[in-house]
Amino acid sequence: MEAVFSVLVALFFAVGIYLILSRHIIRIVLGIAVFGNAVNLLIFTSGRITREAAPIIPHHLDLLPGPAANPLPQALILTAIVISFSFFAFILVLAYRAYQEIGVDDTIGMRISEPRDDAPPPMGY
Amino acid sequence: MAVSGETGTFGAVLSGPVATGDWLVIAPVVIAIALGALLLMLRHHLRWQAAFASGGLLLMLATNATLLARVLSDGPLVMTMGRWLPPFGISFAADALGAGFALVATFVALICAVFSAKDIDTTGRRYGFYPFLMLMMAGVNGAFLTGDIFNLYVWFEVFLIASFGLLILGSERAQIDGATKYGILNLLATALFLVATAYLYGAFGTLNMADIATKASGLRGSAPLTTIAALYLLAFGMKAAAFPVNFWLPASYHTPRLVTAALFGGLLTKIGIYALLRTLVMIFPVERLALSPIIVWVAVATMILGVMGALAQTDIRRMFGFLVISGVGIMMAGLALGDRAGVSGTILYAVHSMLVMAALYLLAGAMRETGGSFLLTELGGIYRKSPFLTTVAFLIFLAAAGLPPGSGLWPKVMIARASIEAGEGWLAGAILLCGFLTTIALGRVFVLAFWRDARQAHVGGDAAYGPLVALAVPIVVLGIFPEQVVRIADLASAGLIDSTAYVRSVFPAGGN
Repeated sequence: MEAVFSVLVALFFAVGIYLILSRHIIRIVLGIAVFGNAVNLLIFTSGRITREAAPIIPHHLDLLPGPAANPLPQALILTAIVISFSFFAFILVLAYRAYQEIGVDDTIGMRISEPRDDAPPPMGY
Repeated sequence: MAVSGETGTFGAVLSGPVATGDWLVIAPVVIAIALGALLLMLRHHLRWQAAFASGGLLLMLATNATLLARVLSDGPLVMTMGRWLPPFGISFAADALGAGFALVATFVALICAVFSAKDIDTTGRRYGFYPFLMLMMAGVNGAFLTGDIFNLYVWFEVFLIASFGLLILGSERAQIDGATKYGILNLLATALFLVATAYLYGAFGTLNMADIATKASGLRGSAPLTTIAALYLLAFGMKAAAFPVNFWLPASYHTPRLVTAALFGGLLTKIGIYALLRTLVMIFPVERLALSPIIVWVAVATMILGVMGALAQTDIRRMFGFLVISGVGIMMAGLALGDRAGVSGTILYAVHSMLVMAALYLLAGAMRETGGSFLLTELGGIYRKSPFLTTVAFLIFLAAAGLPPGSGLWPKVMIARASIEAGEGWLAGAILLCGFLTTIALGRVFVLAFWRDARQAHVGGDAAYGPLVALAVPIVVLGIFPEQVVRIADLASAGLIDSTAYVRSVFPAGGN
């Protein structure tokens, strides 16, 4: 089971990195979303996939009676999903604003903060 | 903390309440978040915002000072959330390194909050400068004080989202352009951090840093620890703006309000350095040694290319951004050496860099007020207009270039000496070359902006010197009387390299 998931995670990473290498902001943003999901799946896989039972301790016991699914990765992923979702929303709005302000979606054209024709500093006194 | 109460079921929970004194370790974060929320509620009362934020930061400064004093006298202070015992609960663990950095960072933020009373206008206040500032300081303090690696990731994201808000305050075109690059690349860096943490959890089954440090020696044969350490190096190197992955910094740091730039230049890259120290020196010392040849080259490339970038800039804010990068290179050099002297040099340099880089950006603001521009082609005649500002600027430039009586001298001496003792004389040479080039870059600013006759008839107003002086005083004091801070840095470095005291404070019963 873990092997199948590893291949899936690798596929997600490949797609994410391929999109991030693009020049277009919208593709980069989508790439980051895919990359984030690859990380979530990676955490899930590295917590070992167990299909036995939910980790709920019965009322009359103090310990789990047998092997159970690991609840911690799910807590971690939940945190990561919330964070990456809010960041994704922010970056999406930012990318849209950048498109409105600058008029291009191409990183090569985005030179407002570092203009190409910047004069060199004075060489003499 | 000691486990003060009885331990309950299976030694997993504390049955008694947590000792009141231990709450000190989370107090700075609690104050920052509470005050951020309060300021959000008071967002229509714009006049109160600056006063509330400054008061809150002053309170945080006092808490951090108490925390550091307690850590220095009693050793690391630990509190685990929800009465769970470590490693089950999320631990906050303050040692000399974390508490010291938190103290200096809060001091810089306090100075910036005072400066912002003049620099941030009504629009900035209405769009929430102060709530973002408090939220960012919650993230910064949390990152310095937490003892749990996943929790460290959460604090990274907290200060990152707050920094987005600060960065685009004003919504100018250049800000949006810079923020897009800053946002995307920093988001990628934290995603890489999470990748490394996922592998770490897969290998160790724990996220508590003290627990990981204990278990690392047992897992060296079976788990790919060097891969994990390399991923941390990449992720935190990106956050710290180390050479091949630093292009977000010069694209964005000159665009926001100057107070924001001062805060970012002072604090954010240093959190990357802190995380590198915590992971590579404390948790993965053997793997750090294996990666050391790479770190050395990264360090040299960062410091030299950073300062060469600074030499090529006309805009002084952009020049200071490149100086932040070259400082990161010097800190990476101490990390590459990894012995007690090198690491304490890095810690001392980080303290120096927090103060000096914030001071440089605030100085850029004062130079604009007096000289009317940020551009070296247009600046001039500041000496005639304000000899006092010139004196303060001269002292700050000396400190930034690593010359006496500034605070930059001693950490550079420590790292250079450590590299000569380690047989890496060329690394010491690179540090000296970097210092020399920094002197040229800043010397040129001094000649052009201060000594040269005024270029234009602009009659500048009087700049606010107070915050600048408040930063310059500790910078010079640190340069003339460094003993006390060197002692603390050395203690912090020793605590990282031999983490027994840190581990024992988290696991008082001797661990598991």
